[in-house]
Amino acid sequence: MLGKLTLDAIPWHEPIIMGTGAVVALGGAAMLAALTWFRLWGPLWKNWITSVDHKKIGVMYIVLALVMLLRGFADAIMMRGQQALAANDGAGFLPPHHYDQIFTAHGVIMIFFVATPFVLGLMNVIVPLQIGARDVAYPFVNSLSFWLSAFGAVLVMASMWIGDFAATGWVAYPPLSELGYSPTVGMDYYIWSLQISGLGTTLTGINFIVTILRMRAPGMGLMKMPVFTWTALITNILIVAVFPVLTATLALLTADRYLGMHFFTNELGGNAMMYINLIWVWGHPEVYILILPAFGAFSEIIATFSGKPLFGYKSMVYATSSIGVLSFFVWLHHFFTMGSGANVNAFFGIMTSIISIPTGVKLFNWLFTMFRGRIRYHSSVLWTVGFMVTFAVGGMTGVLLAVPGADFVLHNSLFLVAHFHNVIIGGVIFGCLAGMSFWFPKVFGFTLNEFWGKVAFWCWLVGYWLAFTPLYILGFKGMTRRMNHYDHPDWHPYLIVALVGAVIIGMGILAIGIQLYVSIRDRDQNRDLTGDPWDARSLEWATASPAPFYNFAVLPEITSLEQHWDDKEHGRHFVQPTRYEDIHMPKNTGTGFIISAFGFVMCFALVWHMWAIAAAGLLGVIGTFLFRAYDRDVDYWVPAAEVQAIERRRTDMIRKAA
Amino acid sequence: MSDHMMHDGGHDAAHGSLTSYAVGFLLSLLLTAGSFGAVMSGAVPHAMILPAIVVLAVTQLLVQLILFLHLGSAPDQRSNTVIFLLTGMLIVIIVAGSLWVMHNANVNMMPMQMSVERALAKN
Amino acid sequence: MNSPVSTLHGGHGGHEHGHDAGANTVLGFWIYLMSDCLIFAILFATFGVLSTSYAGGPSGRELFDLPYVAGETLLLLVSSFTFGVAMLSMQARRTDNVIILLLVTFLLGTGFIWMEVHEFAHLIAEGAGPDRSAFLSAYFVLVGTHGLHVTVGLLWLAVMMHQIARYGLDGIVRRRLSCLSLFWHFLDLVWICVFTFVYLRGVL
Repeated sequence: MLGKLTLDAIPWHEPIIMGTGAVVALGGAAMLAALTWFRLWGPLWKNWITSVDHKKIGVMYIVLALVMLLRGFADAIMMRGQQALAANDGAGFLPPHHYDQIFTAHGVIMIFFVATPFVLGLMNVIVPLQIGARDVAYPFVNSLSFWLSAFGAVLVMASMWIGDFAATGWVAYPPLSELGYSPTVGMDYYIWSLQISGLGTTLTGINFIVTILRMRAPGMGLMKMPVFTWTALITNILIVAVFPVLTATLALLTADRYLGMHFFTNELGGNAMMYINLIWVWGHPEVYILILPAFGAFSEIIATFSGKPLFGYKSMVYATSSIGVLSFFVWLHHFFTMGSGANVNAFFGIMTSIISIPTGVKLFNWLFTMFRGRIRYHSSVLWTVGFMVTFAVGGMTGVLLAVPGADFVLHNSLFLVAHFHNVIIGGVIFGCLAGMSFWFPKVFGFTLNEFWGKVAFWCWLVGYWLAFTPLYILGFKGMTRRMNHYDHPDWHPYLIVALVGAVIIGMGILAIGIQLYVSIRDRDQNRDLTGDPWDARSLEWATASPAPFYNFAVLPEITSLEQHWDDKEHGRHFVQPTRYEDIHMPKNTGTGFIISAFGFVMCFALVWHMWAIAAAGLLGVIGTFLFRAYDRDVDYWVPAAEVQAIERRRTDMIRKAA
Repeated sequence: MSDHMMHDGGHDAAHGSLTSYAVGFLLSLLLTAGSFGAVMSGAVPHAMILPAIVVLAVTQLLVQLILFLHLGSAPDQRSNTVIFLLTGMLIVIIVAGSLWVMHNANVNMMPMQMSVERALAKN
Repeated sequence: MNSPVSTLHGGHGGHEHGHDAGANTVLGFWIYLMSDCLIFAILFATFGVLSTSYAGGPSGRELFDLPYVAGETLLLLVSSFTFGVAMLSMQARRTDNVIILLLVTFLLGTGFIWMEVHEFAHLIAEGAGPDRSAFLSAYFVLVGTHGLHVTVGLLWLAVMMHQIARYGLDGIVRRRLSCLSLFWHFLDLVWICVFTFVYLRGVL
């Protein structure tokens, strides 16, 4: 019944893991006790877990991202610690098998459970508001998507204390990831957590494409959409285009591991290179999925705080679309060295160089937006400027790596590691944190503390540069990635500097935590009464802060690219409608959560070969889905009078602010 | 109450007719018979069989896309058609690209029967 | 920005969606179907790469029974036709006809699955199972994934027949039948590629 699962699965003899487990268990117990003591289970279920409101779902995505950031960062600091200590072939404190799991988990968590949810969260909160819609096209599916991702994260976390995790690197190349070389459950945890969260992400992609194409307010043609929504559209098209590739490729690996097949094995005709080929067909567009919404956030922020329209809107749209298209023509640059030959390498090398051009266009557009603007240095602008400088360098090292000859020297060195952290931290993370600072008041009704926001920025900026510049140098010196220990003494000082940098980033994360605490504590002094604390330009700033659950009492008529700004210029903003109508809204439901929970049971059982329990989990998924299919009570009408009352309260707040 | 949402007054776009489905079915039948016949009957010269069945398959795909799935330029079908074409292009890029890359990778693989010494001696 | 009165979407009292939510569902389903197409494309590409990796084991020419496959093809093709006619009956609101035609479709689909399971069992018994070689792994997964999709379609057909009996051909049921119809036709499209590139090409 319990398959391979025994009490031995718990790593009793690993002090770091057991110690962390004790802390997590105590902290978790405290949280559960607090929820019970303050009687919050009811509100938690009613208002959050069962919510189909895109704004709440977006918040939950970002909370997931921030929590997993702590885990991913813990992995990072352990790696930096190990490498700072393990000079002269010293053993450090992490034996290789443990260390390998840490760098694998670090990559998996940061990409799938920090960056992806953060980006999905921002899109969730903002896109419907920016296009004048009441919610996304499929609110129930939206809830399901989130919970699938959340349970994927739970599965990864479970691997720490029950069993082990993959030790293959975050892309898990066969034959190392096949049964022969990865016989433990760790690789299976990897597979199932990515499959379950990948399904959620794919559903989100479909959801947002339909939302953006079909639910824009009347008058908002495609070329009147805010830039963030454009980047969201291209991102979601990429998601639907490539996540199926990940699904299929992991399924083939699963067939090898579970059903004895030979897609990627060494024996009986398998071809491991096919996995590598396919995984990067997914993997390259994936990084554009992460960066494009960040670009969108920067565009909105820089236009707002420069007091000018974004420069070159049309070229921004074309640049974003080109990046989307070109992202399908470069994937081989991840494995130049793996034997495809000069002609193939030349094609993909040239395409990779070309894809840097539209990003350059965007960078110039941001600079021209700032030029002759009246710039206010809000922390989100600091993130933006920090991004422009940092990402430019990362992009350039990318173009260097795009030259196959150079890549033959630098592939899998720390230079590569520095490059991708350069663009992901400098681009995606800075963008997410900038977006968080910028849009926080819209979601929660009060602004974040600026002082701690600036502290966080400077810690991240300085910390990033200190942590990764040494890695660029070490890459040139020949240090490969994922090294557990080494015996080149001249590498040692650089790794110590890198550790210091990582610690400073840790201080930046701490600063974010402090910022949240202080902001919540001081929220009454920092209320956003008008809904538009930054004198911003796009439609989401026309709503109250926080926006009412129905977003817009009356769906707006769009006549301009910057509707809210234009309305302010003509004194038409914050005008209350003369007539209210009933509003049609979807009902909250626990079905998304329950389906995902059954999915988790199924995946956990599959990891441990508990076939009967896995079958039960699958039946639970199907059964709950059918239950939903027979549910005819999924929506309701909000009476016009209630809408009117809510809007009146808002008008009062605006008057108070004036 | 939820019927409120779904236009109950027969708003389904008119999709095909008995004639178009029957024509689609008969054409598909013929094309399928053609493919199986080309391979099983021996009437087609060997080198031509693969091109023939590919052409027949593509034709049948088009027949069914247009007559069963109603893809086309009609206003309510236009987005479906565009999305399908884009997916098709994507599939071509990914499949052709993968086949090209894998072919080259395979060509550069050391033959199974060759020893390391022989491979080194070759250069 | 705020027009004082929501005159946007035709008289429907308070009908704020304006965008045909039924059509939105079908569009979303179509996009999902395209993503499914991509999964099949990957499986086909993999099959293409591994199509000669026999590992000393049997090849398509030795294993595939073309008349049998022709039989499977016929079942699926006819079922696609019967579903199409079912959709016509749906548009004409002829509830009983719809259920009967869906039932025929269901039976034809079940026949297809039965034949395929029989074929797989036979291959495995002969020692030509998916663990014998990469070629066979690719064959079983590609054809098997298609079969799994058909099976899901059968479950969906059964549910729809029940929902029609219970709720009649209301808006929600019709929307779901539209999605199922796209799904069912799409499965026949994939099968065209399967019998051409796996079976017919496999024996050449």
